[in-house]
Amino acid sequence: MDNIAGSKSSLGWAVQISVVLLVVLWLFPTVGLFVSSFRTADQISSSGWWAALFPAEQSEVLRTADPDDERQPDGDMFVVAGNLFPEDSEKTISTWGTSARDVAAYTAGDTADLGDDGMLTVNADGSYVWRGSDDALSGRGERVFVTATAPPEFTMENYENILFRGGTDDMAKAFFNTLTVTIPATIIPIVIAAFAAYALAWMDFPGRALLIAAVVALLVVPLQLALIPLLRLHLGIGIGKGYLGTWLAHTGFGLPLAVYLLRNYMVGLPRDIIENAKVDGATDFQIFTKIILPLSFPALASFAIFQFLWTWNDLLVAKVFLIDATGETTVMTNQIVELLGTRGGNWEILATAAFVSIAVPLVVFFTMQRFLVRGLLAGSVK
Amino acid sequence: MADLLLTDVAKSYGSVDVLKHINLDIKKGELIVFVGPSGCGKSTLLRMIAGLEKITGGELQIDGMVVNDVPPAQRGIAMVFQSYALYPHMTVRDNMAFALKIAKKSPEEIDAAIAKAARILQLEPYLDRLPKALSGGQRQRVAIGRSIVRDPKVYLFDEPLSNLDAALRVATRIEIAQLKEAMPDSTMIYVTHDQVEAMTLATRIVVLAGGGIAQVGSPLTLYEKPENEFVAQFIGSPAMNLLPGKITGTGQQTTVSFEGGGTAISNYPSNDADMGAQVNVGVRPEDFVEAGEGQPYAFEGTVDITEALGEVTLLYFEKQNDADPVIGKLAGIHSDLRGNKVRLTADPGKVHVFRDGESLLYRQGGLEKTATTTNLNVSVH
Repeated sequence: MDNIAGSKSSLGWAVQISVVLLVVLWLFPTVGLFVSSFRTADQISSSGWWAALFPAEQSEVLRTADPDDERQPDGDMFVVAGNLFPEDSEKTISTWGTSARDVAAYTAGDTADLGDDGMLTVNADGSYVWRGSDDALSGRGERVFVTATAPPEFTMENYENILFRGGTDDMAKAFFNTLTVTIPATIIPIVIAAFAAYALAWMDFPGRALLIAAVVALLVVPLQLALIPLLRLHLGIGIGKGYLGTWLAHTGFGLPLAVYLLRNYMVGLPRDIIENAKVDGATDFQIFTKIILPLSFPALASFAIFQFLWTWNDLLVAKVFLIDATGETTVMTNQIVELLGTRGGNWEILATAAFVSIAVPLVVFFTMQRFLVRGLLAGSVK
Repeated sequence: MADLLLTDVAKSYGSVDVLKHINLDIKKGELIVFVGPSGCGKSTLLRMIAGLEKITGGELQIDGMVVNDVPPAQRGIAMVFQSYALYPHMTVRDNMAFALKIAKKSPEEIDAAIAKAARILQLEPYLDRLPKALSGGQRQRVAIGRSIVRDPKVYLFDEPLSNLDAALRVATRIEIAQLKEAMPDSTMIYVTHDQVEAMTLATRIVVLAGGGIAQVGSPLTLYEKPENEFVAQFIGSPAMNLLPGKITGTGQQTTVSFEGGGTAISNYPSNDADMGAQVNVGVRPEDFVEAGEGQPYAFEGTVDITEALGEVTLLYFEKQNDADPVIGKLAGIHSDLRGNKVRLTADPGKVHVFRDGESLLYRQGGLEKTATTTNLNVSVH
């Protein structure tokens, strides 16, 4: 008898591998976008985003300071001391040389005998000491070929560019426009659908079954069908293009699924509890607010997440009902489309803009995902 | 704390009659138990009294007022559900306060009512817990507490103990009995399929079957003077044996002879017209005693199986003529009887006689009938 419920499927490893593959598939572009948004245009064009995560080895040709200007007397010799790198560099030299033919002749810390040109010591941090006679230390500085490891380098400049500089690349305004669309477009349908779902689940009235059937039927109607008639209606009754029209459109398009999902959840709540509330003297409205709503929280949250995510990512409805020539109401999706046109080659701008637009959905997803799963399973598993 | 009067109450779903001709007069302070086989409509009747199911015929009065169309909340009833139906998102205290808050009682009144109920039910330490942190028995007590705080006219219990395990069921049953004693004026209606609950708790038992009432009476009336074969077999475990025979003697006592040669004498009266009539003689397994050698006996059979329970031994006899096997219950241990022929007899005071399914006691001029249905061909088992 044991080992029935808790036994592991023999295909467990296949499931594990699939999960890993799916996770990688999903994470790869997201992480890539995230990393790219912190790189400069040069870095993006010279190496892949994955290279940015690790220290990079690079060969450079550097030159010591000119002895004529910098040399200091040291007994009967002269010394030029300094650093090959600029002051705040975090590069580390592994090998170096003084001839183009053998760039890795010495390792860091070695002292090279340059014959007529004196002795040169180069350390890992780029500091050097060049010591020699009056003759040796003259003219231009010594060329040094170094192989150095540079730590990963990231920049916030892209974010500053698109969030705080304004201008045509401005995503900040678009971000708030999107929020203005999304929040009411999430709340309004939930409020309406919760009431409707309670009535369809627990109140007896003629035609209830037909209404439920109609809601299910509406689920399969593509929204493109309604775009033009709805826009004409909005223009006709004077709403025109604007936030109000967009909220109404999102509400309408979201309602069938919301009603369907919530009704199915509510109908699964124990009948005894509702009857007990009736015996306790609660009206339908009290039953709804005090019993049904708190118990339906997982379903409400799950639908809220869905509605939020797809109104956030919506372009079509915004294009039709919101965006006009002034550009005042441009949402992020549309802003990115425009950036693709104007800044098509500037990957760092595009990656940053894209990441700004997916940041909020990611936060929503990670903080609310337990409701998402619970809400989806609701009703299917008892 | 109210009288209930059900007059010809009926329930039908479309053309299907679930219940009809339900006549009951429930007095203040009674604990009425509805029993019956599955599907007999006992829960439906309770829900009709609660107002959760529409009454499709007849009249229901609570305290002299017709309440057929009064919503549940205004009938002055409180119901304890089989599943407890606690509000899972509220603490025990809030669960109990819910109805009072809806009724807009003052916070002091609510606190006092909860404190009183919690004391009676020993729920004080759990008042701030959620239902999921309670055991089954505690949840049941909360459900009962929730009805107590409302101080209803009528308490309705819908199989309140069936979700508890056996030991807890006994304990909670006793608690309910004590609760009833503590509130002698309250009227309670209790639905169960458990005979022991019915026999131990009830002031009167209503046996429902075949869409109507099979008998109403005190537990011992039902046990000692069943009105018909259905009640006879439904009350008591194992069920009463029914032995087909012919009346061969009438008068103050009735003599019935069986095909196998046995005879039984019953204290049930009969008249001359009954002479030769086909009847069923009912004897409870526990009323059988072994007939001595050469003594008259009622039943003779070969023991097929014995079940020695210590204090008693159950004897299952071989089947005769497709009837249910006869069962005897003898005091003491008799495992050695297996395979033997055994003769049994019974005291005339404990032999029941049924003609056409009806007890001879309840005929014209005898005891008053309480059954409202004759459709009792329902299998008891």
